[in-house]
Amino acid sequence: MLNKSGLKKRAALIQAIRRFFIARDYIEVDTPLRLPVLIPEAHIEPVASGDHFLQTSPEICMKRLLAEAGCEKIFQICKCFRKNERGERHLPELTMLEWYRTGCDYLSLMDECEDMINEVARATGHRGSVPVQGHIVSLEKPWERLTVADAFVQFAPVSLNRALEQKTFDEVLCTHIEPQLGIKKPVFLYDYPIELGALARSKKEDQALAERFEIYMAGLELANGFSELTNQEEQKKRFATEQQLIKKQDRTSMELPQKFLSALAGMPEAAGIALGVDRLAMVLLGTATIDRVVSFTPEDL
Amino acid sequence: MYTASDLRKGLKIQIDGEPYIVLDFQFSKPGKGQALYRTKLKNMVNGNQFDRTFRSNDKFEKAPLEERTMQYLYSQGDEFHFMDTKNYEQIVISREQMADNVNFLIDNMEVQILLFNDNPIGVTLPNFVNLTITRADPWAKGDTSGSDSKPVTVETGYELQVPPFVEEGDKIQIDTRTGTYMTRVKE
Repeated sequence: MLNKSGLKKRAALIQAIRRFFIARDYIEVDTPLRLPVLIPEAHIEPVASGDHFLQTSPEICMKRLLAEAGCEKIFQICKCFRKNERGERHLPELTMLEWYRTGCDYLSLMDECEDMINEVARATGHRGSVPVQGHIVSLEKPWERLTVADAFVQFAPVSLNRALEQKTFDEVLCTHIEPQLGIKKPVFLYDYPIELGALARSKKEDQALAERFEIYMAGLELANGFSELTNQEEQKKRFATEQQLIKKQDRTSMELPQKFLSALAGMPEAAGIALGVDRLAMVLLGTATIDRVVSFTPEDL
Repeated sequence: MYTASDLRKGLKIQIDGEPYIVLDFQFSKPGKGQALYRTKLKNMVNGNQFDRTFRSNDKFEKAPLEERTMQYLYSQGDEFHFMDTKNYEQIVISREQMADNVNFLIDNMEVQILLFNDNPIGVTLPNFVNLTITRADPWAKGDTSGSDSKPVTVETGYELQVPPFVEEGDKIQIDTRTGTYMTRVKE
């Protein structure tokens, strides 16, 4: 259980996030946690709640607000639930920050991340840099931008293509690449192979790449953002692929989120990002495990 | 059957017919990617250690292990004979398997024996045993050399360091996990 001073620091961090988005004219939204259908994701397993599911992210509802409610800038801080995820950096119930903006792409979202994390770091007592896991990570802009392909060349014993063929992408990423990322400055790892960005738009110059990025600080994955895929047919195809992967794991696949797919027809160009608030708290409050930044861990209950 | 999400420190599993204990366990997973369960495993028969990464759909069997209370009877050459205190069944354990335990083993001692598929693979002694000192240099009163320990030999032939006041014929308590002197025991 987190003590009073820890709770106070966590509160300061969350309040600083809110202030940042409110000052930039974002609307704070709170969408339902229980949903009848979720986005099919091969490697995220949802928790059932009666005949519904607890959200694994607020993505479906938030994008519908862009498409159907005419919103241009929205953010949300909410709980997400992911079955069987428990480790030093994982909780099965986590706090997520998601924000979406129309008329922009993943590159301008990266700039906004730099600003947001800098401001929240100041609010939690840091001056331009943060000590993380024995490293001093400078927050000075611009942060490093590294493509996935280059990261494989620099840090991995196999090439990106080889890893994809052998289906060892995640293993190589976790073992060889992630620990090297964001040591001196935070890193945007970007331009993922298209098969690893099921909800992201493909790059105009190279259809084999998705306009997707992740932020890393001292080896810790903080956020996942992308230029949103707004093509209904393409999205249906990508969902079908994910559903096949789910079936292969003997998991029962649920129906497709039809209302979401229909809404994509009216979806403006936009970019969105999900950031793990507990992970950001680990970095800014200087703890080695996620257990030290939440009021209660599952084991405390 | 266990699945990867059951993995934790101390879990005993069976892989390719051999029992392993999980010494270290780490869950890692890129947000959108596959979960990886990284473990350090120790083979419970030969003690070999190695790292192994599992994925969500990996499954493994429980290691068929059984712990039984047995009494030490006698040794013959490199063979140590024990008897189950419930069904009087006797088993033999090699000197190699006994390892450092031979230093603290005395007649009639009750020990825990770990069996894998009915074969003994490990012996656990009580944490503390009382042994008699069979050889010790006498305590020279007024010894000002400043040394605060001296070597002695106990009835099993094991040598250890004890405080200078402990003498031949004394009974002392030894921690079998570390092999160190705890206290002098009054009979």
